Amino acid sequence: MEKQKSGEKKEKRKLSIKLIARIMHGQKRYLLLSVVAMLIAVLMSYCVPYITSFTIDYVIGDDKNAQVPKFILEWVENNGGVEFARNNIWICALALIAITVIQSVAVHFRGRFIAMTSEGAAKTMRDELYWHLQTVPYDYHKHVSTGDIIQRCTSDVDTVRRFVSTHLLEIARTVAMVVVASVIMFSINTKMALISVALLPILALSSFFYFRLVKKQFRAYDEAEGVLSATLQENLTGVRVVRAFGQQKNEVDKFDKDSSSVRDENYKLTKMLAAYWGGSDAIGYFQIMLSLVFGIYFAVTTDFTLGQVLLFTSYTSMLTWPVRQLGRILADMGKSIVSLDRINEILSAEKEEEPGQALCPDIVGDIEFKNVCFGYDRYDDVLKDVSFTVKKGQTVAILGSTGSGKSSLVQLLQRLYTVTSGEILINGVNINDIKHEHLRSNIGIVLQEPFLYSRTIMDNIAITNPDAPKEEVYEAAKTASVHDVVMSFENGYDTIIGERGVTLSGGQKQRVAIARMLMQNAPIMIFDDSMSAVDTETDAAIRDALKLRRKDSTTFIISHRITTLCEADIILVLEDGKLVQQGNHEQLLNEDGLYKRIAHIQNMLEDELKTEGSVFCE
Amino acid sequence: MSSMIQEQEFDKKVDIGIWKKLFRFALTYKKELILTILIMAVVSACDILYPLLSRYAIDNFVTEGSIGGLKYFALVYLAVVLVQGGCVFLFVTLAGKLEAYISYDIRKKAFRKLQELSFSFYDKTTVGYLMARMVSDVSRLSEMIAWSVVDLFWAATNIVGILVILLVLNWKLALIVMVVIPPLALLCIYFQKRILKHQRIVRKTNSRITSSFNEGIMGAMTTKTLVREERNTAEFTELTQEMRGASVKSSVLSYVFMPLVMMLGSVGTALALYFGGSAVLEEGVRLGISIGVISFGTLSAFVSYTTAFFDPIQSLARIFAEFQSAQASAERIISLIDTPCDIVDSDEVIAKYGDSFEPHTENWEELTGKIDFENVSFSYKEGETVLKDFDLNIRAGETIALVGETGAGKSTIVNLICRFYEPTAGRILIDGVDYRERSQLWLQKSLGYVLQQPHLFSGTIKDNIAYAKRDATMEEIEAAARMVHADTFIKKQEKGYYTEVGEGGVRLSTGEKQLISFARVILANPKIFVLDEATSSIDTETEQLIQDAITKVLQNRTSLIVAHRLSTIKNADRILVIRGGKIAEEGTHGELLRQKGYYYNLYTTQFREEASSSILSK
Repeated sequence: MEKQKSGEKKEKRKLSIKLIARIMHGQKRYLLLSVVAMLIAVLMSYCVPYITSFTIDYVIGDDKNAQVPKFILEWVENNGGVEFARNNIWICALALIAITVIQSVAVHFRGRFIAMTSEGAAKTMRDELYWHLQTVPYDYHKHVSTGDIIQRCTSDVDTVRRFVSTHLLEIARTVAMVVVASVIMFSINTKMALISVALLPILALSSFFYFRLVKKQFRAYDEAEGVLSATLQENLTGVRVVRAFGQQKNEVDKFDKDSSSVRDENYKLTKMLAAYWGGSDAIGYFQIMLSLVFGIYFAVTTDFTLGQVLLFTSYTSMLTWPVRQLGRILADMGKSIVSLDRINEILSAEKEEEPGQALCPDIVGDIEFKNVCFGYDRYDDVLKDVSFTVKKGQTVAILGSTGSGKSSLVQLLQRLYTVTSGEILINGVNINDIKHEHLRSNIGIVLQEPFLYSRTIMDNIAITNPDAPKEEVYEAAKTASVHDVVMSFENGYDTIIGERGVTLSGGQKQRVAIARMLMQNAPIMIFDDSMSAVDTETDAAIRDALKLRRKDSTTFIISHRITTLCEADIILVLEDGKLVQQGNHEQLLNEDGLYKRIAHIQNMLEDELKTEGSVFCE
Repeated sequence: MSSMIQEQEFDKKVDIGIWKKLFRFALTYKKELILTILIMAVVSACDILYPLLSRYAIDNFVTEGSIGGLKYFALVYLAVVLVQGGCVFLFVTLAGKLEAYISYDIRKKAFRKLQELSFSFYDKTTVGYLMARMVSDVSRLSEMIAWSVVDLFWAATNIVGILVILLVLNWKLALIVMVVIPPLALLCIYFQKRILKHQRIVRKTNSRITSSFNEGIMGAMTTKTLVREERNTAEFTELTQEMRGASVKSSVLSYVFMPLVMMLGSVGTALALYFGGSAVLEEGVRLGISIGVISFGTLSAFVSYTTAFFDPIQSLARIFAEFQSAQASAERIISLIDTPCDIVDSDEVIAKYGDSFEPHTENWEELTGKIDFENVSFSYKEGETVLKDFDLNIRAGETIALVGETGAGKSTIVNLICRFYEPTAGRILIDGVDYRERSQLWLQKSLGYVLQQPHLFSGTIKDNIAYAKRDATMEEIEAAARMVHADTFIKKQEKGYYTEVGEGGVRLSTGEKQLISFARVILANPKIFVLDEATSSIDTETEQLIQDAITKVLQNRTSLIVAHRLSTIKNADRILVIRGGKIAEEGTHGELLRQKGYYYNLYTTQFREEASSSILSK
């Protein structure tokens, strides 16, 4: 059990490293340049206290023990010694400025290049995530929460971006600083150098400890925020239901619960942060104090100079802060690792795969279902042993009660799901062997609850063929009986559809979706109860127009309207996932079964109404 | 030209009023706020104290050449370190608490607002937009409010403290060093504006990315069926490229600003060295200025302070820049909170009936369900009249069927009755009283509504049925489900009533969702029942069953059915044929048939084919 867990962890870590490597791949050059700039900046930053120290010891203090590079010493001696230096102290001041200018330029480039690195990495992540979400099997979307996924795609990506932009380089910088400072300090005075870095390991250790401690809390906080997002999202999309039932108070209570848990997790996190900050601050200053006090002690009792005391204290303070920051960075790294894991969870979802040979055969429209069985995870079997044959150009109507497997049947045809057993053949080719792009672009489907993109109606209809002439779009819209509706809008076809097409009614959306599907000119068309929100008159008009248009297309229609069903060449009746009846209208009317019952019900209604009407007419 | 407009927009938007409103959220926590500020002052004092301690040590130990009292010095230093560590712990805890609680408070207020805002708001605002405001903007702002107070105070006290000390140590040298402050201030002001502008662009692009992700996920199935994966991703890639460009630009700007500040800082230090360096030991005259004799300690303090000085100034600049860059977020949040509701209850109404969150149910009149439209006019947008001088009287308990083409105004009538919108002119009376004289909740608590596209909330089937009646017993829930014949499919689920429906009910079919939303209404037992073209997506057999259930439910209830399926409304007491926002025909099924008008046509169209085909089959 333990082993398995650690194995999983290792696996995760491996994935995170892989992801980092992948997103950084295109940014190597910028990263390298920023590292170079950073190193220059670090070197320069150490020169500044050196100049001050030199000025104090040699120029002002005339201390013979001053540590001065030989070439400078020679140059000064040649020009008249300390006296010259004292009179020309401006040289020191100017050198200080010059060094800082170099340092500033380096800092600028460090920033510029690291920004390019991190933004490039963020772009790679976003693109990969988006592409992945587009290509995972649809089933995936049924099992995840949109709010949570969006959070991963936005704030988790941002966390990783921030890690790359600030923390990655900061870690390198801290290492560089420790190395450079140690080299300088040890070359001046070993004892003092040891004292000046004595507490740094403690600081680093406490960083590490802190990092382990907060990781879990970060996750808890992120998760709480994810829950909050999901609750919010649902409330916003379901706002009508909330209002219609007057449930505002309960919604507020629910949100409040989630929101307070975010608050509490955040506060918990801060408390951890506070302990670390306070502690590391104290350790840092304690370290500076050690340098100062011992420096003074050595300055008074040995030949250690005042300038050197100042040099050591400034180096110590230059070191303690980055080392302390290391704790924060490691903490953020914890956050970044959590974020990476969360991103990886999306990226490691298996993409839609080509189970077979990925062929692109001509699709004419002959279809055969051979003993097809299918089940999602929640039901054992949605479709059981379904077999039927359809010839090119035929219309197949599917009738069945709720949950009988109608939608699954047509979705299988597009391979939105894959059959559990049996096979579906199109023109004799198993659809598992057909490349899914090829399969889907040759099969047009209109879903029961169509989704329209937030762009213009024109773009929506022409989405599969953006270069299509406008006339073609109008033609499709006319067939779908939506042209006049669109023309009545202020902006006509340029009307932008709101998120999820809120501004259109259900029937209008269905009709736009029908027009969109028609633009595919697919040899196989599927209407998944896609005229349910269209009134009967328009329904009939659309079907008439379709008849003229579709000619050779094989058509599947899921419907409950007998008027629609009776026109079909083949009517399939599904019950509990089983194909219980198939045949045309006449055949089925002569068989006992669902179709007859429904036809009977509808006829009875009609008869009844007729009598009622004529009674009044008389 | 366009940049000028942006500039103006930007200038206009720098608004203290916005921040005042936001800071009001912080004022709830006065105690914590004051305490934080006090503690911050101590921290700041400690920071300022360190160079002074060094100065004392240099002048009293190194220059004097004695180590007497060094132990006590170390102890004092240690005490300062400990006080500082403790204070840091406290202020981080407090500021973190402020952050967590303020963000909770803002969210609470904004969410409450979202529950009050009317549908005209939701018509033009996307869910993605609101999500971004509620989640990331709020986090960002509360973080800013809490920490900026801390940082601001720290920076301000630091600057003042250092200035005072420098002036006391040597006022002439202090004044010389301060020469760099004016250019520094100018630099800050200039860059703040630029940085803000660019960060705003970044933010805008970022919310477009969020919307894209949202759409990519919500429209996943449609995208697959249309084989849009690659093109969607290509479009998305363009967007992320834009984001990359904007972000890099904005970062680079900061990395121009920071190095410039560093350079100016070094000028300050150089000045201290130049003028101060020659004044140690003897009175030096530089550039005709004599600053008198200073000690080594003073010089070292000056060097430290001039370096330390730029920290708080930079902090201040950063805080202001952050404020400015967060201004847009602040505006959006404030404008959300301040959005006026189109539909508000008057103060008198709230006083008597309470609001949506604290209803005074004891004052609520019993609702019987009589509805009257008196000269009602309505338009969603100015100039696009949907209803004009509309009159309609509905008796309590009457069943009204609304028939007509899409866009004729059926849904509008229903929306007006639900008070999702209010008439632009005229009034609607419920039980003979203008419904604006009652609270919204009073009406909506007595309302049952089944939408075209049923919306479920994540949770179990049981939770969803009991949505409007949380305290319902299991028996009641099962009875409601049985009544609409939903129990059959529910029992088939693995966990029965405790099956999770997934976000928005994704794990159920439309028909199943429909059944659940019916059960929901039945359990809520409302006085007014609205059915919006809902039955149509349920198969005929189930629909027939539901019809039975509905007939039972309709009793003793005022009901409005928006439908185009005549079979579902033939039992209505009255049928209204709506055309162009007017009642074109009105009467019972028989009466309307006799009129041989629009209704008659509708009726015959629906059944013509069926009638002929059934005759043929006989």
